Formats: sequence, C-alpha cells, structure tokens
Amino acid sequence: MTLAALLSHWARNKMQLAMLLAGLTLATALWSGVQALNAQARGAYATAAALVSEDGAARLDTPSGQMPQSRFVALRRSGLMVSPVVEGRVVLGDTRVTLLGIEPLTAPPGTAAALADGDLQGFVAGGGFAHPETLAEIGPSDLALTPSQAVPVGVVLVDIGTAQTQLGMAGQISHLMLTGPAPRPLPEGLRLSQADAGAELDGLTDSFHLNLTAFGALAFAVGLFIVHSAVGLAFEQRRGLFRTLRSLGVSLRALTFALALELALMALIAGLAGLALGYVMAAALLPDVAATLRGLYGAPVPGSLQFSPVWALAGLAMAFAGAVLAGGQALWRLWHMPVLAPAQPRAWAIASGRAMRWQVMGALGLGVVAVVLAFTGSGLFAGFALLAAALLAAALLTPAVLALCLQGAARFARAPVVQWFWADSRQNLPRLSLALMALMLALAANIGVGTMVASFRATFIGWLDQRLVAEMTVTPRDAAQAVALESFLMPRTDAVLPLRRVDATLAGQPGAVFAMRDHATFRDNWPLIQAAPDPWDRLAAEQGALINEQLARRAGLWPGDSVVLPGAGAVSVLGVYPDYGNPLAQAIITEGWFDRLYPGTPTRQLAIRTDNPEATRAALLDEFGLSAQAITDQAQAKALSLAIFERTFLITGALNVLTLSVAALALFATLVTLSGLRLVQLAPLWAMGLTLRQLARLELARALVLAGLTMGLALPVGLMLAQVLLAVINVQAFGWRLPLQVFPADWARLALWAGLAMFAAAAWPAWRLWRAGGGPLLRVFAYER
Amino acid sequence: MTLLALEDIHKSFASAEGPVPVLQGVSLTVAGGEVVALTGESGSGKSTLLHIAAGLEAPDAGRVLVGGQDMAALPDTGRAKLRRGTVGLVFQQFNLVPSLSVGANLAFQARLAGGHDAAFCTQLAARLGLSDLVARYPEQLSGGQQQRVAIGRALAARPKVLLADEPTGNLDEATGDAVFALMLELARAQGAALLLVTHSARLAGRCDRVVHLRAGRLA
Ligand SMILES: Nc1ncnc2c1ncn2[C@@H]1O[C@H](COP(=O)(O)OP(=O)(O)O)[C@@H](O)[C@H]1O
Ligand SMILES: [Mg+2]
Repeated sequence: MTLAALLSHWARNKMQLAMLLAGLTLATALWSGVQALNAQARGAYATAAALVSEDGAARLDTPSGQMPQSRFVALRRSGLMVSPVVEGRVVLGDTRVTLLGIEPLTAPPGTAAALADGDLQGFVAGGGFAHPETLAEIGPSDLALTPSQAVPVGVVLVDIGTAQTQLGMAGQISHLMLTGPAPRPLPEGLRLSQADAGAELDGLTDSFHLNLTAFGALAFAVGLFIVHSAVGLAFEQRRGLFRTLRSLGVSLRALTFALALELALMALIAGLAGLALGYVMAAALLPDVAATLRGLYGAPVPGSLQFSPVWALAGLAMAFAGAVLAGGQALWRLWHMPVLAPAQPRAWAIASGRAMRWQVMGALGLGVVAVVLAFTGSGLFAGFALLAAALLAAALLTPAVLALCLQGAARFARAPVVQWFWADSRQNLPRLSLALMALMLALAANIGVGTMVASFRATFIGWLDQRLVAEMTVTPRDAAQAVALESFLMPRTDAVLPLRRVDATLAGQPGAVFAMRDHATFRDNWPLIQAAPDPWDRLAAEQGALINEQLARRAGLWPGDSVVLPGAGAVSVLGVYPDYGNPLAQAIITEGWFDRLYPGTPTRQLAIRTDNPEATRAALLDEFGLSAQAITDQAQAKALSLAIFERTFLITGALNVLTLSVAALALFATLVTLSGLRLVQLAPLWAMGLTLRQLARLELARALVLAGLTMGLALPVGLMLAQVLLAVINVQAFGWRLPLQVFPADWARLALWAGLAMFAAAAWPAWRLWRAGGGPLLRVFAYER
Repeated sequence: MTLLALEDIHKSFASAEGPVPVLQGVSLTVAGGEVVALTGESGSGKSTLLHIAAGLEAPDAGRVLVGGQDMAALPDTGRAKLRRGTVGLVFQQFNLVPSLSVGANLAFQARLAGGHDAAFCTQLAARLGLSDLVARYPEQLSGGQQQRVAIGRALAARPKVLLADEPTGNLDEATGDAVFALMLELARAQGAALLLVTHSARLAGRCDRVVHLRAGRLA
C-alpha cells in the first residue's frame, strides 16, 4: 500500500525514473564490463600456464635461454624425467605468434592433452595446433595448422623439430620441462626455475589491469552521481507525500522499509540491465584489449568473452552497493525529518549552502591527503590513491568555484536581464552541482588521459626515430647462417650490427643482457636519459653497462651505482636509456665482453646500415634464399611499433567517450527533472515582457556557460591528472617517466564536445519550454500547479 | 482616453467533455486614470480575462486593444514589448523573480522597460513598508510581503495599463487597505488604466466602476 503510493511518483515522473535506472545501469555496466575484461585476461594467463607446465611444475634452463639438444638426450638417458621445449616468437602469416615446440612422447600430460584429439603423425611431420582465433589472424601459412581450443590464443603448438626449423634453432632447445622430481644436485650449468608463466604475466600485466579497474571505478563514480541526484530530487519532491503518509499513521519504520524496498527493486532492475550492457560492452572491447595485451606483453588472451556467474553476482552486488551509497543519504534524512516538516524551498537552499561548505571542507581535507601522498607515498596503489583524492577534491570544489565565478560575473553585469541571468544561474547551481561534478570529472579524465597518451605518443615517436636507425634488420635461420650473413654483408653495407642476448634476472627482475657493437650508429643515436662521463668509451672498454629506464627506476640504479650481471658480478652503470613498450629489464654490455661471458650465444638478428636497402634486400633474397619475412625494413618496424602503441590506448579512448556520455546523461537527467521547477522561476520574467524564445535561448546559454566554466576548471585538474599519470602511475606501472606536453588543439576539441553534450542535454527542456507556449507558465500564476 | 479595450472576447478551454466556454462575449474599456474593479465567483474567468488583456493568452474571438494597439496584430516580440513597457501585472502568486533581491525585483521591470527611477523606487519601497527588506530574497519574505513587492514592482515601471489579480488577497485588512489606496493614488496620478480583481465588496466600492463576471458575460 505504502509502496504503491511511493511508486506512483515514478509513474508521473517517468523521465526521472528513466534517469535513475539509466544511471545505475550505466554505472553497473561500466564497472562490470571492465571486470569481465580483467577476469577474461587473467583466466587466459592461467590457461597458458597450465599448457606449458603442470601446476607449479619446475623447469631446467640456462642463463642464455638455450642449450644443445644433446643435453636433453644425455639427461634422459641418465634417468631424469625431462621433456624438451623450444619456444620463441615468430612471424606466421599475417601475425606474430609464440611458437611452442614440444616433444609429444615425453611431454607432461597437461600438454599432451592438447594433442589428445589430434593426429600425432601429422604433428610430428610438421603440423601444429592453434586456437581458432589465432588461426584466423595468421591466415594462410606454410604450416598445416589444426584448430584446437586447448591451445592458448597467440600460441602455436608444434613438434620440437618444426619449432627448431622455424626459429632457427637447429640442434638447440630453450629449456627442459621437469615431469618428475627435481634432481639433486642439479646437473652442471642448469638452473631450476618455476615455470609459472601465468604468474609472470600477472606481474607484467597487473598495471594494465589496474589502469582498467581505475577507469571502471571512475565511470562507476560518475554513474553514482546521476543516481544520487535523481534519488535526492525524487526525495525532495515526495516530501509532501511522506508527510501525508506519516500523518495517516504509516510508521517511520514502515516508510523507511518501503523506500528501501523501492531502492532495492531499482537496483535489481538496473543491475540486471547493467550486467547485460556490461557484457555487451566487454565483448565489444575485448578484441582491442586482447590485441593490446598480446602486442605489449605477448599475453595469450582470446578475443571472445565467456560468461561467468561469479562475475554476474559481483556486478549485481555492485549495483546494490551503488544504490545504497546513492540513496543512503535520502533515507537518513527521512529518519531525521519531523512528521510535519514544512516543505519550504528555503530549507533546500540552506541545506545546499551548508552542503557546499561541507564540500569545500571535504575538498580541502582530500587535498591535504593528496599532497601528503604526493610527497610520501610510493607504489602504484599510492599513486592511484593520490589520483582518487585529488580528483574527488577537485570535484567537491567544483560547485564552490563555479559559484564564485557566477557571483563575480553578476557583479560586472549591467543590463537587468544579464544580471538576472547570472543570479539565476548561481541560485540554481546547487541543484545542478552533482551533474556538473560528474561533467568535471569526465572532462578532467579526458584531458588527463588524453594528454598522457599524446605526450607518450610524441615522446615515443621521437624515440622510435632514434632507436630504429638501422635501415633494415635480418633474422637468420640459425647460428651458422648468422655467421654467413655477417661475412656476406660486411663488405656490401656500411655496418652490420648483430643482436645477441641472454635472458637474465637483473636486480631480481626478469630481463635480458644484450650485446652491443661499438659503432657510431649507437654513439650518435642511442638516446640516454642519464649518463656517467664518456659512457660510450667506457662501455667499449668493458668498464660497465647501460641499463634501461625500467630497471633503473624499479631498482633505483643510476650512473655511479652498480648492477649484478650473471657471470660478471657487479658492473657499474654507465648510462640509462629509455626503452618504451618493453616491460622487461635490460642491460647492455659491449660485444666482446658479452661473447666471453656467454659464449655460444646465437645471433638472433642483424641490424644493417646501408645507403641502398633495396639492393641489399635483393642480394639477401637471391644469395641466401631468405624468406621475405626474415627481412624487416625500418618503415615496417616503425609501423609495427606504432600499431602496437595505438592499440594499447584504443581502449582508453573508448572508456573516455563512455565516461563523457555518462556525464552528459547526468546533465540531461538533472535538467529535465528541474524543468518543472524552472517554470516558477521563469514565469515572472515572461509576464514582464521576455518572450519564450528569449527565455529558451537564455536557458541554452546558461547551459553552455556552465559547460565552459566546468571545462575551464577541468583543464588544470586534467593537467594535474596527466602529470600524476606520467610522473607517478606510468613510472610505477611501466617503469618509464615521460615529459608532459600540452596539446591545446585537443582541448579545443574536447571543449567543443563538452559544449555539444551540454547543448544536447539542455536543448530538449529549452525546446519544450518554447514550444509549450504560455499555458504552463499561466498555470503557475493561477496557483494550479 | 481609452487605454484598455476588450471587444467581444470569447474563450473556452478544452476538457475531457469537450470545450468548456469561460468567456462568452466580454466587452470592457478602461480609460486612463480610471479604476475598474472586476468581481465574480471563483472559477468565473476573472484571471483568464486578465491574462487575455495582458496578451499572455490569445482569445478565441474578439479584439484586445492596449494603448490603441491590437494585440492580435502584433508578433510575439511586439506583445512582449507591450508587456514590458505598457502593461503592469500583479498576480495572485509567484510574482517575483526568486534569484533577485527585493530591491532588484522592485527595479527589474522599470529597468527592462528603460524607465528606471531610483528615487521613485526608494519612495515606493518606503510607502509599501519594504525599506528594511530590500536586501532580502523573495523566499525569505511572507506571502503578504511578497505581494507588496510585486505591486511595487509593477508601479515602479509606471505602466499605462495596470492589471492586478486579487492583489490584496494575501494581506491583512489594514495593510490591504493601505496598499489598495496607494495603487489607486498612483494609477490616478500617472493617468494609468487600472483593472483589478477583488473579492472585497468594500474595496470594490472605492473604485470608479465595478463590473461583475457571471456565466461568461459582464453584468
Ligand atoms: N489553461 C486552462 N486549461 C483549462 N481550463 C482552464 C485553464 N485556465 C483556466 N481554466 C478554467 O477556466 C475557468 C476560469 O478560470 P479562472 O479564470 O482562473 O477563474 P477565476 O480567476 O475567476 O477564479 C476555470 O473553470 C478554470 O478551471
Ligand atoms: Mg483567478
């Protein structure tokens, strides 16, 4: 009965109901969509880990990441339960995949299961298995590949012989899988490591997922702003009804219960709709996210989404939590309202004035927290806490700052209508403030993330130009061919710079040591962020190593410090170079020293400096019968790197647009809800000789002015956000720090969007005011509302 | 000189049972300096007639002449201009601009019309007992105080035609009488045509003429 009376309000205010549901739905959708993406990726890592090893199984490997196959034969003969693995990245068809070569007879059951339904003959004869999605990406290729759901996306499972041929590792294997107990003591030169590929990927991609989660939380918060304002307004409008019900004998408890029930009902409806929408959104975004994770980290994430009930329940719980958060205040106020509280409009104003004071105080408190975090915090979590505190502080401050602006403008106004315009905007601010906060947050997020990405892009492109100076690179088939290629190319080109590396743990982090030839190409172009005096001469003199920025920042190693390299002990750091897009630690030493430390390490690639890349390419193809894929020219390499870069931030762009749309919706909801109230405020002006068209135009102008002011406010907040992202979050998450660059053209575009969003939100109420004619306004005067 | 002329005004409103006639041929003229009281039962159409006279609403048939100008012949902007400069309106409720102070409200229409006279405004505020309230906002005033501000605002613009819908309905008898006297005095002094709706036979008796609206016609 009580509930029916309460619900009747929504029947008359359908728009308000729609907004409330839309807000909660969107909030839930954005949050649960992001969670679905994260869960999907994490699940994929685990699948990948299970394929290459039994749970937690160990492996035997060498620091160079390679060992002769004869080693396996010898160990197996001695009774050790091991199985050989050849692993590497290779271009197949149209894409780059991880080629995983196994030996089917000795492989552990987990891996063998992937083959169970396949035909072993074909496999050993050069066939392979891959996920259907991987197959689609590869397109036509020389390998006979069979689809299999058991193989992670981005991985091609082949026989060990096939892998050796494809990867140029004839007679070599990458490591040994232990299928039995670990030997004690370990065989000479081998080390035992936990082949927990899943955990490794988890570590690397954590930052990416944290970024996504932060974005999801932001969108959720923006959505809650809508719900909060809709619930608050509905509460205000129903004050009279509450009073009537209570004076009719409905107990406070029953009324509260009915309101809570109403809220729960909405949470359920919106939660279910949000889940559906979130699922659709995640399914639409997953291909991009998966491509990013594969491109950046080689993480095997499939591009299609699976449904999980746990995820659905968590999403619903989030919708309920959101409803409670947004509606709690209204319920609390109900408890504290005297039965016959007069429905005075002034009370609203006083309450909102007090609210503004509280907001400013809250903002100052959060600001202090942010400053403290900025100076004392460390770690990714502290970085995000800093962001959250600063953003929330800025959002809370928004109404007060806007109020000051409007008051200032009113002081300068001369014409009566202009004066009224500012005073009226100021007076209506409290009712709009939640929506404006949401808009401010969305705009600041757009500016911040946009500036971060654009700054990164500018730096990245400049860096690519320096790093990719070699006109072309060649990937030899095997070690012998590498030697032949080098002697073939030496006289025909300006320089041949071989690339050799061994995997290594550097300062406790996964990484690699690289060999660098002492050559003008590097001396002239290789960018260094910090360097000791004469770094290149000292590098050539085997006096130290160069390390990448990731390693330097994570381990706190800078020129003058020393880093431990496997087999070489502590080596002094001569310089730090930027190394964007690579999640792993790196150290570079001069070629001669490298070869003595890690003898027999094969050359993986040859970088070639030449004035005539076309002729060199032709010669290579003719003389060596290299496949066209083995030769990459500079332009291709740049295009590939840039493509990976763009994909990395595609998802960010999509989430930006979504957040802005949510804010626009919040504005629309609020303006529509307020339009009834506006009539009372506008009617006297109409009676005094302003036309409806003028009034409608003023309403639109007000919306645009507010959007402009909000944008002006969002700009410094967004730049602050960008600075934190670049100087704190990126450093923590990726290990590199970038200079902030500003792109005013982007701001102009965003301001235009904000204006459009605001215009779209205000247009309908304004149009309705104009088209409806004087009737509704006359009813105001006739006291018939 | 006739400042307000209503000629054979017809108006009906749509309802579920078809159109309900409210005004069925109302004709009325008010000359400059003349004060006419409009009486009638609740729901007889007094407010509707005032709205039509002010150009806020269009009649179904008939002509409205304000200062000799035919309302129907004017575009929307022209009617708005008449409301701004020639007509003064006082309604039963919700007269004031909530975001402006009492002082700003008092001066608002005069400034809109371009005839603001600060000294006159101050004098009006004093005579309406509003001097201490000019810095307040409408929502901080009682209903009666708000009504006095609305009357002051209409008078401050020195309109040629003053239309008031139960202007003293919210006032106690003494204040009502005083405010009523002020309206009469200023309308006469400014040579304005004053048409006011009242339920009080006593106040109606102090006007130059009383017209009674019944069954859609004036008696
Ligand atoms: N916009 C409208 N739509 C429908 N009916 C209306 C409208 N305005 C007034 N009425 C009706 O017209 C009649 C006269 O109203 P009104 O002029 O306000 O009377 P009064 O002011 O004399 O009390 C009433 O029955 C009222 O319900
Ligand atoms: Mg009336």
